Amino acid sequence: MIVDIVISLLILVGATFALVGSIGLARLPDFFTRLHGPTKATTLGVGSVVIASLIHSGAATGGVSLRELAISLFLFITAPVSAHLLAKAALKTRANRSAKP
Amino acid sequence: MTLFPRVLPQPTITLGIMGLWMVLAPSASLGNLLLAVILGVSIPWITRSFWPDRPYLARPLTGIVLFVRVVGDIIVASWEVARLVVGPLDRLKPAFIDVPIEIDDPFVATLLASIVSLTPGTVSVDIDRAAGILNVHALNVADEAEMIAAIKRRYEAPLKRVFGC
Repeated sequence: MIVDIVISLLILVGATFALVGSIGLARLPDFFTRLHGPTKATTLGVGSVVIASLIHSGAATGGVSLRELAISLFLFITAPVSAHLLAKAALKTRANRSAKP
Repeated sequence: MTLFPRVLPQPTITLGIMGLWMVLAPSASLGNLLLAVILGVSIPWITRSFWPDRPYLARPLTGIVLFVRVVGDIIVASWEVARLVVGPLDRLKPAFIDVPIEIDDPFVATLLASIVSLTPGTVSVDIDRAAGILNVHALNVADEAEMIAAIKRRYEAPLKRVFGC
C-alpha cells in the first residue's frame, strides 16, 4: 500500500517534469533557452520514473533490478553530450550566417 | 606488467562493460558471461586510440559527496526552472557566461561540462581548454559573478580534489 503510494507519487513527479520540459520547449523564445527544456525532462523526469520502476520491480520480485540503473546511466551520459553538440552546432551556424555579407 | 596495459588498456572500462552486459542480459548464464568477457576485452582494445590517459582517482569519497550534491542540485534547480518556464517569460534573463576553469585534463573538464549541463538552468556550450574557459548558457542569470563562483565552488573545486589535479 505505502509502496504503491510512493510509486504513484514518483511517476506523477516524473510526468510533471517531462510535461514542464515540453512546455519549456514550446514556450521559450529562442534556440538556446529551448535547449534547457529537454535536458531537464531527462534528468529529473526520467530519473523519477526510473526510481519508481526500480521500487515496483523490487517489491514485486523481492530482488533489486539493476537494469533501470543502466537505463538512467545511459541517459545521464548521453543527455549532456547531445545538448552540448546541439549548442555547438547552433553557435557555428549562427557564426557562419553573420559572417556572410 | 607490460602485457597488462597492452591487452587491457582500460581495465575500468573493461569491468564497466562486463558489468553492464551482465545487468542487461536476460539471464546470468555462462554464455552471457563469455560474451561479457569478449566485449569487455575487445571494445576497449578496438577503441584504445580514442581514450586519453585517464586521471587517477585520488579521493573517491569526495566523488561520492559530489555525486550526492549534484543529485540534490538537480532536484532543487529543476523545481526553480519549472517555475520559470511556466511563469511569465519576460522575467527571464538568459545569457552566455564565461566560466574560467583551472582543469587541464580533458576527461575531468568533460565531466565538469556534463555536470553543468545536467543541472537544470545551465547548459555547457563550449570548452576552450587552451584559454581555460567553459562557455555556459544560463536560462536565468540574476547575478553573473555569483553564478560563476557557484559553479567553481560547488563543482570544479571538488572535481579537482577527486582527481588530484
